[in-house]
Amino acid sequence: MLRVIVRRLLQLVVTLIGLSALVFIWLRNLPGGPIEALLGERATPERRALLTKALGYDQPILVQYAKFMQRLLTGDFGNSIRSGDPVTEVIGRAFPATVELAAAAMIIAIGLGVPLGYLAARHRGRLLDNLSIGGTLLGISIPIFFLGYLLKDVFTQNMHLFPPSGRISTGMDNTDVTGFFVLDGLLTREFDATGDALWHLILPAVTLATIPLAVIVRITRASVLDVLNEDYVRTAEAKGLRHKTIRGRHVLRNGLLPVVTTIGLQTGALLSGAVLTERVYNWGGLGTLIYDSISGGRDYPVLQALILLAALVFVVVNLLVDLSYAFIDPRVRVR
Amino acid sequence: MSDPITRPTVGAQRESVDPSAVTEKPEGSLPRGLDRLGERKRARLEQLAQATADKGGVSLVRDAFRRLRRNPTAMVGASIVALFVLVAIFAPLLAPHDPAQRFDELTKNLTVDNIPGASSEFPLGSDPLGRDFLSRMIHGSRQTLFVGVLATLIGLALGVLVGALAGAFGGWVDNILMRFTDVMLALPALLLAISLVAMASRSSQWTVILAVAIVNVPIFARLLRGSMLAQRESDHVLAARALGVRRGAIVLRHMLPNAMTAVIVQATLTLSTAILEAASLSFLGLGDPDINRAEWGLMLGVDGQRYFEVRPELAYFPAVAIIVVALGFTLLGEGMREAIDPKSRR
Repeated sequence: MLRVIVRRLLQLVVTLIGLSALVFIWLRNLPGGPIEALLGERATPERRALLTKALGYDQPILVQYAKFMQRLLTGDFGNSIRSGDPVTEVIGRAFPATVELAAAAMIIAIGLGVPLGYLAARHRGRLLDNLSIGGTLLGISIPIFFLGYLLKDVFTQNMHLFPPSGRISTGMDNTDVTGFFVLDGLLTREFDATGDALWHLILPAVTLATIPLAVIVRITRASVLDVLNEDYVRTAEAKGLRHKTIRGRHVLRNGLLPVVTTIGLQTGALLSGAVLTERVYNWGGLGTLIYDSISGGRDYPVLQALILLAALVFVVVNLLVDLSYAFIDPRVRVR
Repeated sequence: MSDPITRPTVGAQRESVDPSAVTEKPEGSLPRGLDRLGERKRARLEQLAQATADKGGVSLVRDAFRRLRRNPTAMVGASIVALFVLVAIFAPLLAPHDPAQRFDELTKNLTVDNIPGASSEFPLGSDPLGRDFLSRMIHGSRQTLFVGVLATLIGLALGVLVGALAGAFGGWVDNILMRFTDVMLALPALLLAISLVAMASRSSQWTVILAVAIVNVPIFARLLRGSMLAQRESDHVLAARALGVRRGAIVLRHMLPNAMTAVIVQATLTLSTAILEAASLSFLGLGDPDINRAEWGLMLGVDGQRYFEVRPELAYFPAVAIIVVALGFTLLGEGMREAIDPKSRR
């Protein structure tokens, strides 16, 4: 088990080093070169010379890379071009919003997807199965930003059920503790704030959940169908075990293994989707930050940090998923 | 993905011929024995040829096509795709007007909060610049097909190159190339596309196509590598090696064609995601800046978004077109996967 962890950690480090090298090359090949990209409109010959020296761009490329890595490892990403604030601060402000949104979307996707996929597999070829297959195909074919606008139009403009945008109503007197508005409300016992934040959360979370939901339904269904045909399920049935026991202990436990992997892989789709969803609902998270860093004059220090952060989150989540197998699947532990 | 044509019949034939060969072998003088051996070989080859000729030899590909034709989902998908391609080909004949022309009848009523709707002359009304929306929708099929196909083909070509190199050489080449794909896969697709577009000083149709293409390179590469590695130890590659076929020929003639089926299925599915990804980039303002270009993703992502409150049809029509086409490619791709690997059908 320890060897598995060490090997996966090494792989993770190699991937991240490779990525940092790519980001380094990326920064150097930006239009107009890195200095121009960093200074933007504020570029004057003196500033250019000063920054070139300060960042060591007059030194050999390997020294530059070493310095670049040193800055990365100490968490020094420089300042945002747009606001002038340190990049870590800018990202820190937006991070909780996206995590809250992504977590809510994942809860919806798993909470609906696993039961739906399981039921579809058990009622294979029947109405529920065909409906869920049709639904998943539609779900992966809809541009999610369009779905966002559609939901917003139907539920806020026409039915006035949900607030159209933002994370919390203006005028709501909420205390900011962690940046997670739902959690903050619970911590400070301001339950009206929690309710309001949840109300704002529902539509964006549903929008963001569509693709992971479709994928989870499909994988669960396929995997449960696989397991239902296994010999050990037939044996269990022949032994005369109760259906409830067979389903819970044999089918579900084995059938959910591939689903766990899928959930890890879907974090990537969530981050992609967040960029689109946050733009639709004016949700002030990382997705909005990515959009702003590109459309309002390119803010490369922020973009660079966001790229690295997204990759870090993705590989770490997938590492955790792989390691969780040791607890779910005893065969991994033995290997 | 085993031997395409002869395997089952060869096995069956060998059983019936071999016993006589074994019993007769030790007898007779050497030259006579050699002669008889040659005769026997010829006879056996003829027998073999006859055996396969009788059965009409169904190849794996033909077999897959037959299954594909009987698969209703695949046929629905194929019909949608065929219709889409036909509309794209005959767009200039189908469209009632020039998609780039601004009409006075439309522009005179055009304000920020009023975009003229349907009339007998313009069945879908106007776009935000006073152009015929129907003609733009019809011409949009061309550009959408162009972006989707080109992005997929470029991604496919690069991915196949990387995957084939990794799968053919193995060892450190494989290791380096796969670590590289790891890095690319560690980034969410859209973020990778955004970073690639950001490298260009100005976005254009080509930056969108290239960004979407590159996002798909590691997927194709991994897929091809996987199925090539699986074949290295397989019987037909072993047989080719035993016959003394050169390594390059084994890779190009025996391994690559067999590994390509999975890649082609993936390419069909990618056509749908490529169109969706291009639409997402347009939505984020990273699309093609050419205002005369009629492409569905662009129409949905830019005008559809901006004028959603004024005239939601500007979003609905391109969105429905994209959804239907994406669905078509997905259904076709899924059908092809089932046809090639009947075990996956469920």
